Amino acid sequence: MRVVVDLTLCQGYAQCAFLAPESFKLSGEEALMYDPAPDDAQRERIMRAVAACPVRAIFTEPAPGADA
Amino acid sequence: MTETDAPTLMDQITDEAARANPWPLFEQLRETPVARQPDGTYVVSGYAEIVALLHDPRVSSDPNKRPDGGMTGGGIEPAFINTDPPEHDTLRRETTSFFGPPHRPDMVAKLEPWMHETVNRLIDGFADREQIDVVDDFAYPFPVSAICRILGVPPEDEPKFHDWSGALIVALGLRMHPEGHQAEFQAALKANQEMTDYLGALAEAHAKDPGDDILSGLATDKGPDAMTMESIKSTARLLLIAGHETTVNLISNGTLTLLRHPEHIERVRNEPEYVIRLVEELLRFEPPVQMVPNRAALEDIAVGETTIPAGAPITLVHAAANRDPRRFADPATFDPDRQDGVEGQHLGLGGGVHYCFGAPLARLEVQIALRTLFRRLDNPRLVEDPPPYRPSPVLRGPVHLPIAMDGVHPA
Amino acid sequence: MTAGPIAIVGAGLAGLRAAETLRREGYEGKLTVIGDEAHQPYDRPPLSKQVLTGWVASDHTTLPRLENLDDVDWELGHRAVGLDLAEKKIVLDDGRDVPYDRCLIATGVRARPWFNEAEAELDGMFVVHTTDDSRALRTRLAAKPKRVLVIGGGFTGSEVASVCRMLDIDVTLVELAPAPLSGALGGVIGAIAADMQRDAGVDLRTGVRVDAIEGDERGRVAGVRLSDGTHLDVDVVVVALGGIRNTEWLTGSRLAASALGIGCDAGCRAFDGNAIVTDDVFVAGDVARFPHPIYGYQMMTLEHWRNALIQAEIAAHNMISAEADRRPHVSVPWFWSIQFEVNIKSVGVPTIADQVVVTQGSTDDRRFVAAYGLDGTIVAAVSFNAGRYLEYYERQIQEAAAFPPVLDEVGQATGDDPVPAAFPPQSELTNRPTVVLTGHSPTEMRVERKFPEE
Repeated sequence: MRVVVDLTLCQGYAQCAFLAPESFKLSGEEALMYDPAPDDAQRERIMRAVAACPVRAIFTEPAPGADA
Repeated sequence: MTETDAPTLMDQITDEAARANPWPLFEQLRETPVARQPDGTYVVSGYAEIVALLHDPRVSSDPNKRPDGGMTGGGIEPAFINTDPPEHDTLRRETTSFFGPPHRPDMVAKLEPWMHETVNRLIDGFADREQIDVVDDFAYPFPVSAICRILGVPPEDEPKFHDWSGALIVALGLRMHPEGHQAEFQAALKANQEMTDYLGALAEAHAKDPGDDILSGLATDKGPDAMTMESIKSTARLLLIAGHETTVNLISNGTLTLLRHPEHIERVRNEPEYVIRLVEELLRFEPPVQMVPNRAALEDIAVGETTIPAGAPITLVHAAANRDPRRFADPATFDPDRQDGVEGQHLGLGGGVHYCFGAPLARLEVQIALRTLFRRLDNPRLVEDPPPYRPSPVLRGPVHLPIAMDGVHPA
Repeated sequence: MTAGPIAIVGAGLAGLRAAETLRREGYEGKLTVIGDEAHQPYDRPPLSKQVLTGWVASDHTTLPRLENLDDVDWELGHRAVGLDLAEKKIVLDDGRDVPYDRCLIATGVRARPWFNEAEAELDGMFVVHTTDDSRALRTRLAAKPKRVLVIGGGFTGSEVASVCRMLDIDVTLVELAPAPLSGALGGVIGAIAADMQRDAGVDLRTGVRVDAIEGDERGRVAGVRLSDGTHLDVDVVVVALGGIRNTEWLTGSRLAASALGIGCDAGCRAFDGNAIVTDDVFVAGDVARFPHPIYGYQMMTLEHWRNALIQAEIAAHNMISAEADRRPHVSVPWFWSIQFEVNIKSVGVPTIADQVVVTQGSTDDRRFVAAYGLDGTIVAAVSFNAGRYLEYYERQIQEAAAFPPVLDEVGQATGDDPVPAAFPPQSELTNRPTVVLTGHSPTEMRVERKFPEE
């Protein structure tokens, strides 16, 4: 999968870091570092992170809903 | 009848009669997105207006800063929900250090297998029944188990909390119409004291024999942000109450919504990720926390054409903003697919520095609960619609949700 | 809508987002994207952070495609060397032409190389801009160098120094100004950044420059000499002196292109050298030099991620829209940097400010917000680990609210008074063209630009 986070929108709510901790990690209490090329096995967790982001800053390929 | 005697829109909204269907009243409320009430409170129901106030440093959550002293628990150390930065930030950061990233990044995600086991065990218990009460039999026991596990409350003590938090929530719902309810407020004070004493004793027990739960962490921390015992007790009380009252309602509201909109049930069953978007849409459509009535302006704040004067209490009605047509197309349509992107951004978990502390836990619990329930129940259907609701206009959900079914599939 | 063809020159974030926007808004014609790197569009910010720490592989930052781009001609690994305004074509380095009906220039910047070519060739010299740069530096950092020297205390240099400390590598950072980050955030905030660096163990040297880099007999970096006479033994040097805008290829094109960028209007349409807006040439991203109404219509170029994204969307929209449907690029600039476990975010343009005041939080805790003002109006704000408040400041900036903001009753207000923001003077650009007017009669008058001798 491919992931990009718009870190301009990110305010450090960290929902992604809670729900997909292998792919999203906090550096300090607010800064986000993430894996832009996570394994497909992480897909469900990453989709949780995408939907949970209060500012909808996470974008992926494939997009959410592609499992329909 | 004088103007001041006639019930205001907010009076109608907070009246128990509106609980099952407050949406037409919220629609009226939104016509004036920033509305001054006769008592000087400003009620905000527009999406853009609430978002602006949630990120505005001039908005306070501390009742001690209000001229009227706000509506507090009285004499009890406030938890972080009722404080402002910088104290708020220290308390919340300290609590987070035992719950999530950066210090405990795996805590919530690691609970997933336990959550599946717990939910399936509860559903296994329905095997020979034709009818269950979703609230008592499912939506309540699961989140309570989860928060007790995370907090370090032994499972055998869980029944105590049912009564204590019940009394507290009743009082919370009556605060807006306190007349004639002295008995309920007395019961709430007693419950508060008993719960606080219990949590204090538990914290001390954990300090001597710590586990990997939050209470053990708070009670044994020696770092610069370590809490006093009073703060530990009030934090634990907050997490306990918030940790289940809200999630219980989200599961119940979610079950009710799915049974009213059964076209989504097949998708929940067949598309593994559909429930993720569905839970976000539930947080928009039927949020368990309808409003936050505890804010105040520290300075004059201009919101659109209105200026909220310094000192004025502010109530933010998130549930009304979640259906603001200026923000959401077809707001009254339950449409999980809108949650693919920014169109779905909702206020069901708040925003700004007080954004729901337990949000990741709640999301995971409710996704697992609803997906498993609807996969395993055969032909679930409502028995009564609308169901009876809890009285609180703030924490809204059914008090009972009876449903019938033809049987239970194996896990 | 134009039937096309459309050519996009530049296959980075802006180029990709423009292509996605064109397809999303219904453009179905021929679309060519030209990029000089032989890579699919990729994201740069991770290259100075999680790639350097070793968590993420350097070629793993390919950007997700948010639209179907199967029907796009990707000319990757080909450099554009010219643009013919009259013939409406882009000329590639292999001699081929790419004709266009509309084109978008989004060629971005390249890392400024070390000024001494011989020293720049030493083994152990690095810049951080491309995926290849990042892989090379990561390899060297993984081998635990004895000491890294970072030249330049801007955001990239500071991020590299932060990674070094995270990897427990000794690092010296040399910055000419009195403090790091002062070019973008001013000296007052720069002083906080300096403390942050020193607390993390960075050997920070300000007010000095590097005079010479010495190699050993095998052509490897061995040491450096600073302008204050100090000598340091170092085995890795990272040159972080900013970027050079990729506009040289347009020198003969008669577009308003220079080292400052390509001048354009608020709808992203490029100006020609006479300052007449063209019909069919658009610009977006780091190379765009555009007027900002909030800042008195001052022309500015921004090397910000979000600017590239938003401007590309607007340029693409405007390329295929009727005149009445065009949108202006007027959003308030945003920026972020992650370093030393702090999330630094800024909104607005701090560099035009004359004053700064800390409005919330504690600078000692590295958790605060500061606002910038110009002549009593708020123009920007910066937050360190306090990003949730910046939306409020953005609104204040949009509404040209008074500076300093009134926050006396706010519990976390610091009570500080505004102080001069202390931005260091801008250095002169060495290759700005001189503009002269030529011609005798009004119908003949034209602008001619004389470029300085190389």
